[in-house]
Amino acid sequence: MTTGAAGFSRRAMLRATAAGVAAAGVAGAGGFGIGRASAPIAGDEQYAFLGEHQSGIVTAQQDHMHFASFDLTTDSRDRLVALLRRWSQAAATLMTGSEIGSGAVGGPGLLPPDDTGDALGLPAAGLTITFGFGPGMFTKDGKDRFGLAAMRPGQLQDLPHFSGDALDPAFTGGDLCIQACAHDPQVAVHAIRNLARLAIGDASVKWAQLGFGRTSSTTRAQKTPRNLMGFKDGTNNLHAEDSALVTKWLWADASDGEEWMSSGTYLVTRKIRIHAEVWDRTSLSEQEASVGRSKGSGGPLSGGNETTPIDFHANAADGSPLVAADSHVRIAHPSRHDGAMMLRRGYNFTDGTDSLGKLDAGLFFIAFVRDPRTQYVPIQEEMSRADAMTVDYLKTVGSGLFAVPPGIPHGSRLGDSGAFVGQQLFA
Amino acid sequence: MNSHHGRVASRALMPAALSVLAAIALSACTANSTDDSTTIAVSITDDACTLSTTSAPAGHAVFAVTNSGTKVAEFYVYASDGTKIVAEVENVGPGLTRDLVVTLDAGSYVTSCDPGMDGGDIRADFVATADGQAAAPSGERTEALNQASAQFLGFVQGEVDTLAVKTQSFADAFAAGDHDAARSLYADARIHWERIEPVAESFGDLDPSLDLREADLGLQEPWMGWHRAEKTLWPPVEGYAISEADRTAVANRLVADTLELQRRVSDPAFVIEPFQIGNGAKELLDELATSKITGEEEIWSGTDLWDMQANVDGAFAAYESLRPIVETTDPVLVTELDARFAEVNALLATHGSIAEGFAYYSEVSEADIVDLSRAVESLSEPLARLTAAAVL
Repeated sequence: MTTGAAGFSRRAMLRATAAGVAAAGVAGAGGFGIGRASAPIAGDEQYAFLGEHQSGIVTAQQDHMHFASFDLTTDSRDRLVALLRRWSQAAATLMTGSEIGSGAVGGPGLLPPDDTGDALGLPAAGLTITFGFGPGMFTKDGKDRFGLAAMRPGQLQDLPHFSGDALDPAFTGGDLCIQACAHDPQVAVHAIRNLARLAIGDASVKWAQLGFGRTSSTTRAQKTPRNLMGFKDGTNNLHAEDSALVTKWLWADASDGEEWMSSGTYLVTRKIRIHAEVWDRTSLSEQEASVGRSKGSGGPLSGGNETTPIDFHANAADGSPLVAADSHVRIAHPSRHDGAMMLRRGYNFTDGTDSLGKLDAGLFFIAFVRDPRTQYVPIQEEMSRADAMTVDYLKTVGSGLFAVPPGIPHGSRLGDSGAFVGQQLFA
Repeated sequence: MNSHHGRVASRALMPAALSVLAAIALSACTANSTDDSTTIAVSITDDACTLSTTSAPAGHAVFAVTNSGTKVAEFYVYASDGTKIVAEVENVGPGLTRDLVVTLDAGSYVTSCDPGMDGGDIRADFVATADGQAAAPSGERTEALNQASAQFLGFVQGEVDTLAVKTQSFADAFAAGDHDAARSLYADARIHWERIEPVAESFGDLDPSLDLREADLGLQEPWMGWHRAEKTLWPPVEGYAISEADRTAVANRLVADTLELQRRVSDPAFVIEPFQIGNGAKELLDELATSKITGEEEIWSGTDLWDMQANVDGAFAAYESLRPIVETTDPVLVTELDARFAEVNALLATHGSIAEGFAYYSEVSEADIVDLSRAVESLSEPLARLTAAAVL
């Protein structure tokens, strides 16, 4: 089987068959098929896979995500490296909007197609693919399966138990992870599905999460979206343009301890379920007090608009603080944590309803930080204990921590003996 | 795999899959097939079935099945008797084209379109003419493939012979109402069925009669076969019983169907094509992955591990017959398959053996089932490349 850089563009194929689409009468698909045939299309970006940093971190946050966490089922270092090579080559191909290998329909009829074909006709849709390495890649059950234990960064420590955590093993941990983000959910799902298939025999999906609707903006140009609590989320996020802050709070440096992680970062995932019905019957003033912001404008309760700095000293006529002592914005604010910032990149999720008929939905929280020990753990610890919104209305059911290695440098050659994500770790 | 199993599952999936199918349809007109094959366009509407030609040269043929109707359709190629399935493609959604690749020997066939997949099919005769290109690439390969076919046929015949003997013993005990004896014979007899099921399935009629699960029943079908006996022997509630007339009918039919299977596979005219060997191996593991690993196949008896071992045995026998060819065409695949078969067998061995008996499925922990499932996936993925490695 050839796994080719020879992948051909799904988009080009679509143009060639646009007439066929109409003839096939994909009526219900309307804008899905035909709308995309006519370039240029808003949101049809292609991002580069190669670069100093991996994509999908400071990239302007896309609206859809499929995240998968994997158990490594092999104990072989060679097979692990071969997997990372396959994944790197496939990710680069997928991010161009092409089919992997010999494609979905181009191969011999007697063989299963290399590409599953569910993204045929769809553009690249701003797809980014981000790989992370979990603690289990370094040691698992006390075993150093791949001879990497000595390379485990101090930053990649198992997260402590936070007050109120109700972690389900089915949404927690993992030896490897892939975050696929795109403007089109089908493109993101296609990417994870094909990457998971390429891993069969070496790694198996442990858990996965679909996310819709970004809950942060990662660039100043993007509007602040709302989360499922109805509040603007991520107002005070680290943005791509804040280069000094990004350097300080996001990218790992050789001086942080592990040379191989230089230009990488760390990824925290938290699957946070919202007690939606309880929240929905909470008075507006109580909702706003627990968050510390106005639900409509997103401005702090101390006054001003969304971007106005919060005045924690402003008091009401009765002397009580306008931004309550147990409000989310006060507890999580950088000023309380030595200025610590994180790049949040989370998504809304819903997994339908639970067995009681309640909405099974919430926030799939994602944060990228240079050091989880100082930029995540102390903040979460205080939120879990003292933040009214978190304590009363949220329940964390899943958790993960991954080291995100640097990108593969521009000019590298991918393929069977070529460059791959995390190669610095195996040097 | 029992085609009824697949059909039920696929139907349930259809609504969710529609958008995916629509996307596939976009590419249909650019699909290309191997150069030395003949492409026959099949057009299915809700009440018609049109083939672009009713004859083609023997060799590789591609039926490009286009569904222009409103119902999900399927297309079959039967042998001239109209019963034995040569090849099939199911779940062709409206607007979709799917390719069915077949190797046709010279002779006559029956094609069948089934809009709605409800059995109301439209049939026509089809002829593969002898003046076509030879299907086989070289004399040496042809000989090796013939040898593989003969070896695998020998395996199948041996298993069916044993199955016939053990089925008789089981049916005798069941008919006599000796449930203890019947329970002790049940899983051990079925091993020989589960090892060769894709072959039995290729006859079309015997598999539903012998191996239909209760969940697969249609509205009109009388329920016969192994699983009817299974539910009687491992009743879900106290008092669940079978009438004496049904008891006798089930026992007699088991024996009669199995003897018929034995007669057909020992017919000198019966051959197993090389591509059927590899595809059969894949089907065995597909069945393991979909209905055995979930505990659905033996829902009353819990003897799924026997079936799993037998499926793996059958797939391995198929692989072994093709292995000498694949050693020359794709040695890396041989190394991978050897290791993956060993891995699955080692995991199964932690739960027992055919000689000593296995654990009942309810006794297997969820973690062990995950391990088994992952090992089966790790074997199935490379095994899906076996046919092409041997035949192309």
